[in-house]
Amino acid sequence: MNSSIPRLIIGRLGIGVLTLLIVSLVVFILTSLLPGDAAQEQLGQEATPEAVAALRAKLGLDLPVYMRYLSWLGGLVTGNPGVSLVNGMPVDDLIASRLPNSLKLAAATALIAVPLALSIGILSAMYRGSIFDRYTNMLAVFLVSVPEFLIATVAVLIFAVKLGWLSALSRSVEVDSFLQLLSVYAMPVLTLCCVLVAQMARMTRAAVIDQLSSPYVEMAVLKGARPMRVVLRHALPNAIGPIANAVALSLSYLLGGVVIVETIFNYPGIATLMVNAVVTRDMPLVQACVMLFSLGFLLLVLIADIIAILSNPRLRT
Amino acid sequence: MNDIVKVSGLRVAARNDAGVDVPIVHGADFTLKKGEVLALIGESGSGKTTIALALMGYARAGCRIVGGSVRIGDVDVLKLSDSELAKLRGRTVAYIAQSAAAAFNPAKTIMEQVIESALIHGVLSRREAQAKAVELFRALALPDPENIGARYPHQVSGGQLQRLMAAMALITDPALVILDEPTTALDVTTQIEVLRAFKKVVRDLDTTAVYVSHDLAVVAQMADRIVVLRNGEIQEDSRTEQILVEPEHPYTRSLLAAMRPTGQVAEAAPAASDIDEDLLLEVRDLEICYGSKRVVQNIDLKVRRGATVGIIGESGSGKTTVARAIAGLVEPSAGQVLLDGQLLSRSLSGRTRDEFRRVQYVFQNADTALNPQHTIEEILARPLRFYHGMRSVQRRRRVAELLELVQLPASLAKRRPSELSGGQKQRINLARALAAEPDLILCDEVTSALDTVVGAAILELMAQLQRELNVTYLFISHDISTVRAICDEVVVMYAGNKVEQGGRSTFQAPPYHPYTHLLIESVPEMHQGWLEETRAGRGALPQIAPPASATPLCPFLSRCPVRIDGKCNKVSPPRVRLDKGNEILCHHSDIELRQLDEPVPAMAVSN
Amino acid sequence: MNPNTLPPSPKLSTSGARAEAALDVAFGDQPPKAVRRRAKRPISGALGLLIVGFWLLMALVGPWLAPHGANALVSFEIFGPISLEYPLGTDFLGRDILSRLLHGAPYTIGVALAATVLACLFGVVLGLVAAASGGWIDAAISRTQDALIAIPNKIFALIMVAAFGSSVPLLLVMAAFAYMPGSYRIARAVAVNVMTMDFVQVARARGEAMPYIMFIEVLPNMLRPVLTDFGLRFVYVVLLLSAMSFLGLGVQPPDADWGSLVRENIQGLGEGAPAVLAPAVAIATLTVGVNLIIDSFGARAKREMEN
Repeated sequence: MNSSIPRLIIGRLGIGVLTLLIVSLVVFILTSLLPGDAAQEQLGQEATPEAVAALRAKLGLDLPVYMRYLSWLGGLVTGNPGVSLVNGMPVDDLIASRLPNSLKLAAATALIAVPLALSIGILSAMYRGSIFDRYTNMLAVFLVSVPEFLIATVAVLIFAVKLGWLSALSRSVEVDSFLQLLSVYAMPVLTLCCVLVAQMARMTRAAVIDQLSSPYVEMAVLKGARPMRVVLRHALPNAIGPIANAVALSLSYLLGGVVIVETIFNYPGIATLMVNAVVTRDMPLVQACVMLFSLGFLLLVLIADIIAILSNPRLRT
Repeated sequence: MNDIVKVSGLRVAARNDAGVDVPIVHGADFTLKKGEVLALIGESGSGKTTIALALMGYARAGCRIVGGSVRIGDVDVLKLSDSELAKLRGRTVAYIAQSAAAAFNPAKTIMEQVIESALIHGVLSRREAQAKAVELFRALALPDPENIGARYPHQVSGGQLQRLMAAMALITDPALVILDEPTTALDVTTQIEVLRAFKKVVRDLDTTAVYVSHDLAVVAQMADRIVVLRNGEIQEDSRTEQILVEPEHPYTRSLLAAMRPTGQVAEAAPAASDIDEDLLLEVRDLEICYGSKRVVQNIDLKVRRGATVGIIGESGSGKTTVARAIAGLVEPSAGQVLLDGQLLSRSLSGRTRDEFRRVQYVFQNADTALNPQHTIEEILARPLRFYHGMRSVQRRRRVAELLELVQLPASLAKRRPSELSGGQKQRINLARALAAEPDLILCDEVTSALDTVVGAAILELMAQLQRELNVTYLFISHDISTVRAICDEVVVMYAGNKVEQGGRSTFQAPPYHPYTHLLIESVPEMHQGWLEETRAGRGALPQIAPPASATPLCPFLSRCPVRIDGKCNKVSPPRVRLDKGNEILCHHSDIELRQLDEPVPAMAVSN
Repeated sequence: MNPNTLPPSPKLSTSGARAEAALDVAFGDQPPKAVRRRAKRPISGALGLLIVGFWLLMALVGPWLAPHGANALVSFEIFGPISLEYPLGTDFLGRDILSRLLHGAPYTIGVALAATVLACLFGVVLGLVAAASGGWIDAAISRTQDALIAIPNKIFALIMVAAFGSSVPLLLVMAAFAYMPGSYRIARAVAVNVMTMDFVQVARARGEAMPYIMFIEVLPNMLRPVLTDFGLRFVYVVLLLSAMSFLGLGVQPPDADWGSLVRENIQGLGEGAPAVLAPAVAIATLTVGVNLIIDSFGARAKREMEN
């Protein structure tokens, strides 16, 4: 039985790698179906056919499709995802300059959102049907239904425009003081947290309630356990897997949410880089960014899977 | 004043869909003396579990205790606050749930859960509680009492979990223990061990208990007094011997009648396996694997037209898998299934529509076997159209005929399954099979989800249909008394093997295969003292050397009370024909098995 | 296993069954009374229905009700306040916001609805096929869908726009593809559950073909979760399309959906102009409305399940 845990984890890893491969195929096919020709587009309509052909050769566009895919994939794996079509800089340098900023933003959000959401979710499950539960539920429904750009703009309206506490744009991510830190991160993190906490709390609540309706919880009540003990000692240990799953799925929302939030607050992260690349049709950069986001998603899911496997008592010996 | 429990005017209501409270227990009154075991007996919906839970001031979701009083000692349980109730539960009143497998928390060790109530109520220190738990494990005849507590619930068997749950209840020396159908989910051969363990601790500790059950025979072994319930009302409250010998209430009498094995319908059939004429179904050397695990092997079966053949075994014996293989739902890994001498394809895709028509399957649980989204008419009309190509007018007429055939009113045709009772649903289930005009109907535990009385009516109907339509039944069941009563021929399966086969007459008296013997002896009989008299599951098993791993051995080896060292653990058993005509898979001869029926020496009662 | 331990359900006496009636009365094997349930629908559900119904109507007739053309410059005042003449004010060019909102409704609601229908249709059919076939077909479909799920929706939208440029048909296809895998997952999970039910085994043992089992036996039992999922997915699609327009990568000028209206008037935010708030609030009412319906729907589904 003991060997089944590593086997399961290796299995999940394998599936993750396979999925990532399929993602790369999807991304490559989508970006290669381009109606235009990247070389032609870059040089303009007036370019001589010779010049276009030369650039095509340089970009490897004259190779058969599968060769292009393999060389692109090889580049991704070896850390050489190509060169930006717009400014000629290596894609990995561009990403490396932006990625830490996005990770900081995500980490700050997760640090606030996860504990908050778990407490709200567990509390509202414990006091199901209470005023607290009903109001948090209503608020959560509202928050997940509202576009994040609305929350962001309202935040700007209140804190930057009306109150003048914070500047609407994050001009710099270099912070010297706590106040500066707050002024840079407060609004992006707040915006991201709204949707994140709402979603995560709802899913956590559902996972705990699912356990609360099981016969062993009834048994614990009939043994004289108080509600606190019933939830913390009996329901929660069995809800770890589903909760880990809920946290991972909610956090994966961050991967898309940063797109809007970074754009609105003009935050120099990976998502603004990607949006700009989309606008300028800088394909190598777009491809690399998509792969990065997918990798992030798959890592989250993988971690949740592993936690679920490790917390499953049936796999313990 | 030695009444420890006094219930008066207890009323419980359930809230229905429309938000209206409907009474489900209408004013129950009874008392319980110290050291007395009282049984609450009734069929589903009788309110027995609801009353038992109300003794702890507890009502399940959707239910509410609306009136009356429950006094335990000097306390009125129904007047307590939530935190006072928490002090009572697990301390003064303890509960043993029906399904221990579900009532144990899968994420915590058994010991942790067994001693939890002692720690919650501060009765014992952790160390004392653990010592007491081990003592209780020993008293309940659990294997390896020192270490079983360190395991997780999924690592021990169902019968052991049920006994562990008893230890959990008794750890605080409660004034009252509630046992809620504690053996219903178990196989009979396991049930008897659990019952014995329960009875021993109840007697030794002089426990006051309420025993909830639907099974009068089980209750007869455990209870001093029986309260008979029906639709939330008490019908009769008498001493056990009186209920069994001269019940007062007509309902109790009808309950007793239904629980006695039904009388034989047909005359004894000739020893069937000799007769190959008019053979409808033949199964040859069937073997079925799930992945690399072999779940069924070496099954041979012959079924004559118009006969009823029973397959009996406990859960996991492979009896249902055999039926599914015959229907084509499970692909066998080896062997053949012949219908009227014609080889049936192993898989569904290889069978013709007419072959499908001739073999019909009736599932155990009519709740899930009928599509909740279809009306009864649609359910019954589909096979008519599918097999017989009937047009709509014709179909409607035939649906009405089918309903009449299974003794249901034609007005049911427009309803959906959720609007029918359990018995009605099972009749529809049967009618759907009949709509195909089949030769063979595979009946998979068709009565085990039903109350005894309703199930008896279904069996009656099936016998009548057989006389009228000359259909053939393959009857899968775990209930040896039913099978013995209605089947012309019986096959006993254990762990995927056929261990015995014979005509009905051969199942009336020993010798049997040792497993069959255990099975028959384990069925509770409706008289007090049976538990003490029966030899089943008693005494230590003969010591044997570790079994040889290379050869396929007797499947019953690990539990067999008459296993022979050097033979059973070394050589695979032969199929032996006994004198009275039954064939068994065993090393023993006729004479040796007859000795099994001799009284056991008293010293063997060690567990 | 044993029905005796289920919480006793209320059993009322019933009329009807003639032959078994005697049995019923004598032995208590009674069918549950067919209560024509008039379950109280929570007010929030009714409110949700009202809001969503209103917006669906506007998506159909909005452009005809609009007092002005979508692009008509009607006022010299930019970011005008709420007035009788311009009930929702004017935008950064002096156009009537109410008219622009009504003209935008078909884009925001219509495109989202069409994309959701496509996503759920393909998701459910693929889910059914995967659940019914099993084996390598199931594995292949599931792997591909998992790969699509692994690309976050907004990122998928960005790459589609980068590759093909933005247009209404592209947005529709993109949203459908982005949300199909989620629908597939739910549909497959539900279908796999239903497939294990005995009535499906009965149909298989009867010799029924796969299409009959999938569409007649299984599908009707999936309707409720699939409908709930449809509502949720619609909300997500609305939010995604609005977000894309907000980024300037969605519906392109001169056409405008509600997201574009927020974007183009964002400078009015400082003044608290209705031009930027009205379209944002419109989106929020639509999505909250759908969520309210789902919540009351889900609560009722749960009540039914429990009984």
